[in-house]
Amino acid sequence: MPVEVKLPDLGENVDAGDVVKVLVKAGDTVKVDDPLLELETGKATVEVPSTAAGKIVTVHVNAGDQIKVGQLLVTLDGEATSDRSESSDKSAPSEQSTKSAPSDKSESSDKSAPSDKPDGKKSQSAAAAAAASASEDQPAAPSDGHRSVAASPSVRQFAREIGVDVSQVQGSGPGGRISTEDVKQFARSRPAPTAYAGPGAAPAAAPLPDFAKFGPVRREAMDKIRQMTAQQMTLAWSTIPMVTHHEEADVTELEALRKRFAPRAEAEGGKLTVTAILLKVVATALRKFPEFNASVDMARQEVVYKDYVHVGVAVDTERGLLVPVIRNADEKSILRLAADLNAVAAKAHARKLLPDDMAGGNFTVTNLGGMGTHHFTPIINIPETAILGVGRAEWKPALVDGEIEARLRMPLSLTYDHRLIDGADAARFAKWLVEALEEPFVLSLDG
Amino acid sequence: MSNPPNHTHLVVVGAGPAGYPAAFMAADLGLDVVLVDQNLNPGGVCLYQGCIPSKTYLHAAKLIHEAREAVDWGIDFGHPQVDLDKMRKWKDQVVSKLTGGLGQLSMQRRIEFHQARAVFQDSHTLILKKADAEESVLSFDYALIATGSRPNTMPHLNISSPRVMDSTEALKLTEIPKSLLVVGGGYIGLELGTVYAALGAEVSVVEAATGLLPRADRDLVELLHRRIERIFKSIYVGTKVAELKDEGTGIRAKLLGVDVPDQERFEKVLLSIGRRPNSNDLGLENTHIEMDEKGFIKVDGQRRTSEPHIFAAGDVAGEPMLAHKATHEARVAVETIAGKLALFEGQAVPAVVFTDPEVAWCGLTETQARIENRKVRIARFPWTASGRATTLDRNDGMTKLVLEPQGEQILGVGIVGVGAGELIAEGVLAVEMAATAQDLKMTIHAHPTLSETVMEAAEVFFGHSAHLYPHKS
Repeated sequence: MPVEVKLPDLGENVDAGDVVKVLVKAGDTVKVDDPLLELETGKATVEVPSTAAGKIVTVHVNAGDQIKVGQLLVTLDGEATSDRSESSDKSAPSEQSTKSAPSDKSESSDKSAPSDKPDGKKSQSAAAAAAASASEDQPAAPSDGHRSVAASPSVRQFAREIGVDVSQVQGSGPGGRISTEDVKQFARSRPAPTAYAGPGAAPAAAPLPDFAKFGPVRREAMDKIRQMTAQQMTLAWSTIPMVTHHEEADVTELEALRKRFAPRAEAEGGKLTVTAILLKVVATALRKFPEFNASVDMARQEVVYKDYVHVGVAVDTERGLLVPVIRNADEKSILRLAADLNAVAAKAHARKLLPDDMAGGNFTVTNLGGMGTHHFTPIINIPETAILGVGRAEWKPALVDGEIEARLRMPLSLTYDHRLIDGADAARFAKWLVEALEEPFVLSLDG
Repeated sequence: MSNPPNHTHLVVVGAGPAGYPAAFMAADLGLDVVLVDQNLNPGGVCLYQGCIPSKTYLHAAKLIHEAREAVDWGIDFGHPQVDLDKMRKWKDQVVSKLTGGLGQLSMQRRIEFHQARAVFQDSHTLILKKADAEESVLSFDYALIATGSRPNTMPHLNISSPRVMDSTEALKLTEIPKSLLVVGGGYIGLELGTVYAALGAEVSVVEAATGLLPRADRDLVELLHRRIERIFKSIYVGTKVAELKDEGTGIRAKLLGVDVPDQERFEKVLLSIGRRPNSNDLGLENTHIEMDEKGFIKVDGQRRTSEPHIFAAGDVAGEPMLAHKATHEARVAVETIAGKLALFEGQAVPAVVFTDPEVAWCGLTETQARIENRKVRIARFPWTASGRATTLDRNDGMTKLVLEPQGEQILGVGIVGVGAGELIAEGVLAVEMAATAQDLKMTIHAHPTLSETVMEAAEVFFGHSAHLYPHKS
């Protein structure tokens, strides 16, 4: 009598898990509580025991499957249980068969005698069927099995190309058939969509009141940059769980050095700004803390680590906020970075920046110090995982070795993606940044 | 024949229904490819000793049988004169036309084709051995193993006797014996038995399982069985052959079964007990390629072996051992090598048995649904109610649909009857496109055709078949 073993309740609000390893196969005999498979539930890896005894007819799951509580794991040829009434007569209900021919429990498939009609009993052992197959040359069922995804081949291919697991998609067609449109919808509605470039998954805007009721108004179309910024910001804000750490770095020493070496930078065509120095510090930090130099791929549940360091620098232009990218910042000296920054800022103001100049960044630095801002909560430049906001350095009284001194303190605001970066990691990153700024030698010492 | 190059980007070992489409597609995609096979031209077992010759002869066999039936319609052809030599030549013509054609296509694509046997020296090198013992070395970036399969033997049946043949030998059609024992009631045994019976042999078939075509649904096989009973001398199911002994003028076979004679004498014996993959003398032990216990090379969804740069497709890579499955697997492998996202996930590989009537099925069979304990609904349309079948005097047929109870999707289709092999294509499309019974019912099928039976089976499902009075079950 076939017995079904399903995934039991795993407790603690856990209702699904990933199969790490299947410990049994068809033909094995198991006792109650024998382990069937290893399951990873996000909290721990557990062994799932069998709730029945018998010989395994079919194993219904594979390593790598995501399974839910109640899902069928194996079918056993074992002791009768309460499942019997449910499973026995429903296996081959047929429009045409008017009688259930009695059949002895023969090993392999039904008899071939002409009077035989398909009956309600099941062919018991897959093992016997396998034995039969060894001795004849029958075209067999495809070994990949029928996953019965209600999607045509072209739709399945499309889903594969855009990284969607088609079996997760709800089909809107008859019988649950999945169309290309269904796949697209699914991709759009996911928390972290794979496409960032184009118009993002902005939630539909709530209808606005008629402001003219309250006083004179004037409407202006949003220009392209504004539209793009709005989309990007909305996308970032709605898909990334962001946390900001506010720090302060004592840059008294650094400022003195900066003033001292400024002429040298000017000779090389750059301006030795705080941003240029920060670029070097950040670039070095990104090599030490790879999570800040990565991207999150929720669709594929992967982290994309990058073996290059391109840093974007936010520039406020007449046209709006632009973020040109300085490539391979880790390989350049501060002087070179200063020169590059100068060049790229000039290009930005002259409206000569190309899309390519703004692509490929891993991290962004945004400096509002010039405006007098202290701390703020910058929004991550999606698909990056962190952004460093810089505020205006100010002289403040501080206690140094028991004496009150005037120290120059620069506010730093580090926003990061909490899907990938935990608080402690962010604290370490920020600490290193602060240290590198407070003790400039640290940069070459530990970079 | 030029010397093979020392290195190639892709080498395809075996030029059958997996190998040659792979090589052609690779060439079309701009890849540098070398194709190796032991025959003069591509084609493999399918063209030389399998699908093509057998279907050529089966066509002749069908004609012979139909001619006999025509007496009922007022046409008497009398007893046909069979010129076996001419028939063999006709078959050879068909085969050379096709294999020659493939040779041409290969040349047009500038594929380096080498008639040789390939053995792996290591994971990146092959040794090519020509018939004249000349050897050369070929290194590769990627390889596709498509070496196919060969007929199975069983030690106790493997007596060395000219009277015992396998399918390759049987297709040479050297002579028509007075009596032929077919060991194995699968598709190869039944098809070849049909040919020999049409040409005058008394054919008996022995099958160890409880029915012919053990993996097909019983209701489909039933109709085939009835007809085979009329053209074969005996059908012994649930029976094994214990021993074969060559007595000089014939073979004495000892049979083990219920209600069957203990022994019987036959002029010739055909062993059609399955096929096994050609994986054992390829030098695979010099690589990390893994095989399963049956000798099939283990592959993943992209047909990659355990060596990531070596792929396998076709019979050597697993069941079902069918040419069309081989071709599609080969395509997936080549697309993957070319950097595309491909996956072998055909949900409805069709199977066709070219007996008369033909039997064909795709997707989930009723038998498989039972094994998986899966709830399905079945809708059957018997060809006794088909107008076209009646005009053909071939009401021995049936079309059945296996359906998903909730969404009413077509999960599988099974057909027995003349032309089932062609008709099944609609079933494959229906399953792959996740069509529902409603879709099939609402698709207008031409009248009077056998294809209508597919639509009518869907009508049966909804209880509105015009030609079948629905009885409540």
